[in-house]
Amino acid sequence: MFAYYFDLAFRSLKRNKALTALMVLAIALGIGACMTTLTVLHVLSGDPLPQRSGSLYYPQIDPRDMVDYGPNVEPPEQLSWVDGMYLLHAKRAARQALMTGGMVPLQPTQSTVDPFQAVALYTSSDFFPMFGVPFKYGTGWVDTEDEGKARVAVISASLNDKLFGGKNSVGQVLRLQETAFRIIGVLGDWHPNPHFYEWYMGSYASDEDVYLPLTTARDLKMEHDGSTDCWGNSGGDPEHLETVNCTWLQFWVQLDTPASVADYKSFLEHYSQDQHTAGRFLRPPNVRLRNLMQWLDYLQVVPSDTRLQMWLSLGFLAVCLINTVGLMLAKFMRRASELSVRRALGASQRALFGQLLIESGVVGLLGGLGGLLLALFGLWLVRQQPADYAELARMDIAMLLTTLIIAVGASLIAGLLPAWRACHVAPALQLKGN
Amino acid sequence: MEIRPIVSSLKKHRIPTLLIVLQIALACAVLCNAVFMISGRVKQMRLSNAMDEQGLVSVSLQGTDPKLIGSDTQRNLAALRSIAGVQAVSVVHTLPLTNNNWGWSFGITPDSSVTDQKNTNVTLYFVGQDFQSAMGLQLREGRYFNDSEYVDNAINNAALPNTHVVIITDALSKQLWPGQSALGKTLYSKPNYYTVVGVVADVLRPRLWTSNESKSYYNAFFPVGADDVMRNYVLRSTPADRDRVLQQAVEKLQATSPQAVVKGATFQSIRDKYYADTNSMVWILVLVCAVMLAVTAFGIVGLTSFWVGQRRRQIGIRRAVGATRADILNYFRTENFLLSSAGVVLGMVMAYGVNLYLMKQYELDRMPWYYLPFGALALWLIGQVAVSGPAMRAAAVPPVVATQPT
Repeated sequence: MFAYYFDLAFRSLKRNKALTALMVLAIALGIGACMTTLTVLHVLSGDPLPQRSGSLYYPQIDPRDMVDYGPNVEPPEQLSWVDGMYLLHAKRAARQALMTGGMVPLQPTQSTVDPFQAVALYTSSDFFPMFGVPFKYGTGWVDTEDEGKARVAVISASLNDKLFGGKNSVGQVLRLQETAFRIIGVLGDWHPNPHFYEWYMGSYASDEDVYLPLTTARDLKMEHDGSTDCWGNSGGDPEHLETVNCTWLQFWVQLDTPASVADYKSFLEHYSQDQHTAGRFLRPPNVRLRNLMQWLDYLQVVPSDTRLQMWLSLGFLAVCLINTVGLMLAKFMRRASELSVRRALGASQRALFGQLLIESGVVGLLGGLGGLLLALFGLWLVRQQPADYAELARMDIAMLLTTLIIAVGASLIAGLLPAWRACHVAPALQLKGN
Repeated sequence: MEIRPIVSSLKKHRIPTLLIVLQIALACAVLCNAVFMISGRVKQMRLSNAMDEQGLVSVSLQGTDPKLIGSDTQRNLAALRSIAGVQAVSVVHTLPLTNNNWGWSFGITPDSSVTDQKNTNVTLYFVGQDFQSAMGLQLREGRYFNDSEYVDNAINNAALPNTHVVIITDALSKQLWPGQSALGKTLYSKPNYYTVVGVVADVLRPRLWTSNESKSYYNAFFPVGADDVMRNYVLRSTPADRDRVLQQAVEKLQATSPQAVVKGATFQSIRDKYYADTNSMVWILVLVCAVMLAVTAFGIVGLTSFWVGQRRRQIGIRRAVGATRADILNYFRTENFLLSSAGVVLGMVMAYGVNLYLMKQYELDRMPWYYLPFGALALWLIGQVAVSGPAMRAAAVPPVVATQPT
């Protein structure tokens, strides 16, 4: 029966090629546009560390003065050196790391490579175990090296390829800003997206070349990039960032149980209260403890243009679907006489309904396949764009299945109303007309 | 044209009528908002910039010893001046559209401090000698800086330069002192103060304000000699020499400082890079609009063709009892006009609603009212064009059809 209906559907679709092509094309265009933007959105709003994101938290406290104070103001997005170092050394979480990014001139010893500005992350030892950073060679540094301002560096796999041809470079010397660093580790493949831990360097596809101890970077007065937000009469003097009233550091902690999250939050509140009482924080305690995904939501890392495009393409898909419903209805109603003959010969309303629905399903399937091709083409176009997330715009299995399901589902819904209307033809009346 | 028979015929086809009205309405809503977004972006890309964009190239030099910056800068400037075809050379800390913004806020009263709410946020451009010729600026009032006003290490890691003169843009002058000349007036940010000695035509900031056009021009130029932040060499030549000058400049600077990181770019490429995302968004919007209108038009063609096919006999009868071809043609045109009208009325309401939502979610501006009739007109026209084919076929139905069985 099913096969017969399919055969009928194909015959009917072949009979009116222009109309069929129009319906398939409309669905394909709508699905193609929609899936392109949904895939981009899906990639950009993904979880950067699916295994760990649930236990990673971003603490915020409010050390500012009363200028612009109001109820429900959000605390600053970063920490000052004094607070950051206190929280880091307090070790109240399972793991914690303080960090900021910067650009540092890299002067290769190899004469074949021109000097260039390397993207650096200045951080502390827990960074590597806390985020589960994989190492290809060597390891990260330890607490004592943070304290000793050791001249050690961890480099990325791509920098290792560029400078050392991918060989084990642990123990080699790296010259940064006229200072010799010893390479102690080479990272494996690690590209969390969004680039959640240091978002000022770009939210997507911007991996660091080198990782250095924060204390070492400050000792050498390495330039810090990103936002420095000051209050009171402080300027962001890069020489004295340790003492000024400015926030410029990012801090992550690992908290594994709900109890430890609650403990950490009360620890932040107590710290703020103590500082407030001591007169260092002028504002009453105002803390936040967001987990990784909440933090990304709060920062709105997904570009608003991407979300606008998604809404636009949904509107477009709606236009295309309504268009298809209209055309399908026209097509089915035109065949009223054929349908009434089948009714008169004993086909039940249900059988007719099923047959018409299969016909619209076939249109949807063809449109979905076309839409898939168009989406792949659309994603290819996105990848040609200069945006920093362009490289990530690829379809995965989940989105591929979603595409097909949406396509067939949409056209079945589109076929539902026309099929329902058409299967209600009265057998006798139509026959009489002929 | 009598519209009552058309309305009663449409009433018999309620669902297709509703569908086509809904489709036109949705298309109208999407079209109005998309065109509004396109126009905003195009306007931003077309913001004027009173400098010689075509002849300008910039070469940045990073990673040299800050202690030697004084002698290095003099040597580099001299080396760049010797390149054939170079008309002017200077060194600055940033350029328009580079995203490298050094902002500060100033007031116009001596007690203004940086945190004052009523202050104006301004981009600081630290510029070296002869920057006006290198960038190709246009002086509106006053003068450029004297040689003696360029002091080495004027920034020296502070937030504001150690000088007391400033040149501002026209837009900033109008914002701070509307209706007056800015010459001789003073910008304050305790404990610093700067007297305006010149006003130049509007130059863009390193990063633009999307919501307020004139804010994109709030710039203040400060004279600075050699300093650690002054690492962007700018060279001006004729557009024909530009690419060669850039290449030679990069080679010269790399040769004199082999350990340094040297990066060159024409201003044209800086502009293209800044607007790349905006540009691709514009093309996406244009493409979606075009395809959506095409789908709508074909939908109208399909549905009207079906109706014409269905009513062949009625058309024949009307023709037989005296209706002319023009009457039949007008019937379908009027019918489409009614459908489009209902669609665009609904569509304009929807467009307004969508705009309100986008304003709340994405900080978009309010759509000016004239976008609505524009969108309506576009869909009316498309409807009329789309319907003319099937309507013509309907008009060609001969009266003899009335006598034939369907």
